[in-house]
Amino acid sequence: MNALAHLSDIIIPILIFFIVGYGFVSNVKVYETFLKGAKDGLKIVVDIVPTLIGLLVAVGMLRASGFFDMLGTLLGPVAASAGLPTQLMPLLIVKLFSSSAATGLVLDIFRTSGPDSYAGMLTSILMSCTETVFYTMSVYFLAAKVTKTRHTLTGALLATLAGTVASVVLTRWML
Amino acid sequence: MLNAIWAVMILLAVLYGAASGHMSEVTNAALDSAGEAISLCITMAGVVALWMGLMEIAQKAGLIEKLTRGIAPFLKFMFPRIPKEHPAREYIAANIIANVLGLGWACTPAGLKAMEELAKLEAERGNPEYLEAGTGKSRNRRASNEMCTFLILNISSLQLIPVNMIAYRSQYGSANPTAIIAPAIAATLVSTLIAIVYCKIKDRIAANPFRTSEKSPASRAADSGSPFSDKRNGWGGKAV
Repeated sequence: MNALAHLSDIIIPILIFFIVGYGFVSNVKVYETFLKGAKDGLKIVVDIVPTLIGLLVAVGMLRASGFFDMLGTLLGPVAASAGLPTQLMPLLIVKLFSSSAATGLVLDIFRTSGPDSYAGMLTSILMSCTETVFYTMSVYFLAAKVTKTRHTLTGALLATLAGTVASVVLTRWML
Repeated sequence: MLNAIWAVMILLAVLYGAASGHMSEVTNAALDSAGEAISLCITMAGVVALWMGLMEIAQKAGLIEKLTRGIAPFLKFMFPRIPKEHPAREYIAANIIANVLGLGWACTPAGLKAMEELAKLEAERGNPEYLEAGTGKSRNRRASNEMCTFLILNISSLQLIPVNMIAYRSQYGSANPTAIIAPAIAATLVSTLIAIVYCKIKDRIAANPFRTSEKSPASRAADSGSPFSDKRNGWGGKAV
């Protein structure tokens, strides 16, 4: 397709080669260490199973009720003018508040349009380059007991906007 | 936060489904989605376990530590007013590296420690809002410039491999689940660059050139730690 797609293909093998090679050369028991890490990884997944069930059920029900279709017809013209499929509008908003709720919406887009469609690719890239603004800010500032966040929100929203625009441009270019 | 979102989603689904006559579809969706969550987790388990296994090797081999030290020049550029030996620096570095490598679970603890250390740094600088003894004032703490910069950087979400997205894509039958890696890195770079420029502009505005001559006790205390505190007087770039 183009250079970006080619880079995507080779980056994981290179990374695996480098990590395992570096570990082996520095006398790490690579296989045993890998097993330990993989076990921790499994624990993480097990921990998120209940979350996924809860959110997929909620999003699935909401879609089946016809609510998203209604939202789509309402927001359609606005979204289309920005190059965004209507399905993405709820995702953009929810993503600011909760990354796991957003995950539910992402999977719904993958199920209905497929991960390789325009909406699917855009969603994948968008989710990889934005962060849950309000959640992160509330947790982090709580740790420092800060109540006045000054220019953080503006900066964070600006970065999110930039990421969103970049995602639309890149997805158009790739497909 | 999630409690409210989840409740609204479920209640809205049932109400809207009843109003639009889609109750049987709603029922099916509830049952099907629960099963789907399980099959999704099975796919995810493989990808996440693989990634975490590799990261464990990287950690044992000292690779992550090396990377953390490697971004020191970047930290010096972004946070010139944090003294060199201050623990905040270490935690910020650990948080950024964990973010870049997609170690979601590992970046939050380091990030929270970084925020605590930045708060201590403000107290060391003599910021009255951050002194524990300061009566009642601590309720109105304002974020320091470093805190703003750190959070904006964090939210701009530097990430090398979007592991979860790749797992989801392969579960839903993508022909090439990893095709998003390069464009995702490109998009991340754009949002992070914008974040850096924005923070730098804000820092520049905050470092008021007219205040360089007068020396508050706070800045004199900070002098011992940082060579920059002389020029960029005051805490958090705000007038005391």
